[in-house]
Amino acid sequence: MDVISEFFSEYDGLGAFKTTIYLTVVSALFALLIGTVVAVMRVSPIRVLQVIGTLYVNIVRNTPLTLVIVFCNLGLFLQLGVSLANKDSNTFITDNNFRLAVLGLSVYHAAFVAEAIRSGVNTVPLGQAEAARAIGLPFLKTLRYVVLPQAFRGAIAPLGNVLIALTKNSTVASVIGVTEASAVMKVMMENRPDVIFVVFGIFAIGFVILTLPVGILFTSMSKRLAVKR
Amino acid sequence: MSSVLFDAPGPRAKRTYRLVGVASIVAVALALWFVIGKLDEKGQLTAAKWKPFLTGEIWTEYLIPGLIGTLTAAAIAMVLALTIGTLLGVGRLSAQPWIRLPCGVVVEFFRSVPVLLMMLFTYALYANYDLFPPDRLALAAVVTGLTLYNGSVVAELVRSGVHSLPKGQSEAAMAIGLTTGKTMRLVLLPQAITAMLPAIVGQLVVVLKDTALGYIITYEELLRKAEQIGNFKVNLLPALIVVGAIFVIVNYFVGVIAQRVEARTRRRGHTAAPPLPPDQIDQAAVAIAAAAADPRSGGTA
Repeated sequence: MDVISEFFSEYDGLGAFKTTIYLTVVSALFALLIGTVVAVMRVSPIRVLQVIGTLYVNIVRNTPLTLVIVFCNLGLFLQLGVSLANKDSNTFITDNNFRLAVLGLSVYHAAFVAEAIRSGVNTVPLGQAEAARAIGLPFLKTLRYVVLPQAFRGAIAPLGNVLIALTKNSTVASVIGVTEASAVMKVMMENRPDVIFVVFGIFAIGFVILTLPVGILFTSMSKRLAVKR
Repeated sequence: MSSVLFDAPGPRAKRTYRLVGVASIVAVALALWFVIGKLDEKGQLTAAKWKPFLTGEIWTEYLIPGLIGTLTAAAIAMVLALTIGTLLGVGRLSAQPWIRLPCGVVVEFFRSVPVLLMMLFTYALYANYDLFPPDRLALAAVVTGLTLYNGSVVAELVRSGVHSLPKGQSEAAMAIGLTTGKTMRLVLLPQAITAMLPAIVGQLVVVLKDTALGYIITYEELLRKAEQIGNFKVNLLPALIVVGAIFVIVNYFVGVIAQRVEARTRRRGHTAAPPLPPDQIDQAAVAIAAAAADPRSGGTA
């Protein structure tokens, strides 16, 4: 089983999974932020904002993630010269690729976060919003104090699914040279074609370990935090 | 969209809404102006970069073959995924633990491993053991990866479809003396599949998008063709935008069809289960949660 020790010593497999986790967490935070804004735009009373939100979701949801990430690197960086890191830094290429991948992953998953939150808004009974309006709260305060807190609690299960999808989708970042898990797996398979089953097994189990607890945690959270009605 | 989140606006609210509306139009216009200015400054808006898309050659040599590559991989994968997924889904509902448990492990495993990992692995596997001719290697790996993942998604859809049927369906089947197998085959599965239909059409969008992962293992699909056009005509950015537009249009229409199918399933009432909505992120899990929360359902064979 020398492959397994090679995974830890020679290829820094743990470091690769650390990059995967870091990529996932940072992108998840940005996706949650953008997604919430888009969801609020879609339920707002202002027609223009609704249209912008709907356009965003429909365009992004129907574009392949690979295209989005490739666009961030080849389009934004190489063609348009948009860079997200300090050019004088020694680690410019690594930093820039990582940040472009975060940009692509968060923009893409924000559309799914927005849909999850909107489905959460739909779980809030009509009476809640009506009561909020009856005591004179304007739209934004209705959302902030009454609807969104309940909507987030109703959206935990779908948000968990987006997080799991994001964890798995972070592998696409390898296409622009981020050395996360799938990139390291590819190198290992090229160097050790005799043991590709073991190599695949190691990395596959790594992802099972990453995603399974998230699924269990979010399912139990969605039950525990569900608004009792 | 009618909403209960806000009142019918009075004169003051109408003025505020109009103000915010105009302000956001201006903001969008400014952003667009900035992007267009930036594109122009980098020489991306010249006729030389965009004109190739008006010539027949780019379409017949690149875009249409690319689209065919994308559609072929998606079609083969979807057919295989439906077959494997139905078997796994029914297996997971089996009363025999030695069928149920392995099916469950297989489904959960392939649902949690990234599709790209499976594609990279099967590509290396097929190449090492010469299982496919070299020109079919990438297609085979793309199809295998997509089939394994989407097969497990379909299996979950079957399971949640059967779970969301009212208990009375399996009870009635038992009462007239059908065996467990016949109850599944004649009563539960047909209704579950009818209820699944919108979600399956919706899953087609996911499959179509995921074929773009084939780019990474050199499969000749739309994204790879965009790169080739970019190298050939030195217009990578326009090529990526055009290919993105093709993806959005194709997937948008598949999504519209999925919604139509959902409305039709609801209207015709050929199934006792509520139709599973065509959401793109792992709808099966959400549907199972919804079915568990619904006190009417819970009938298993």
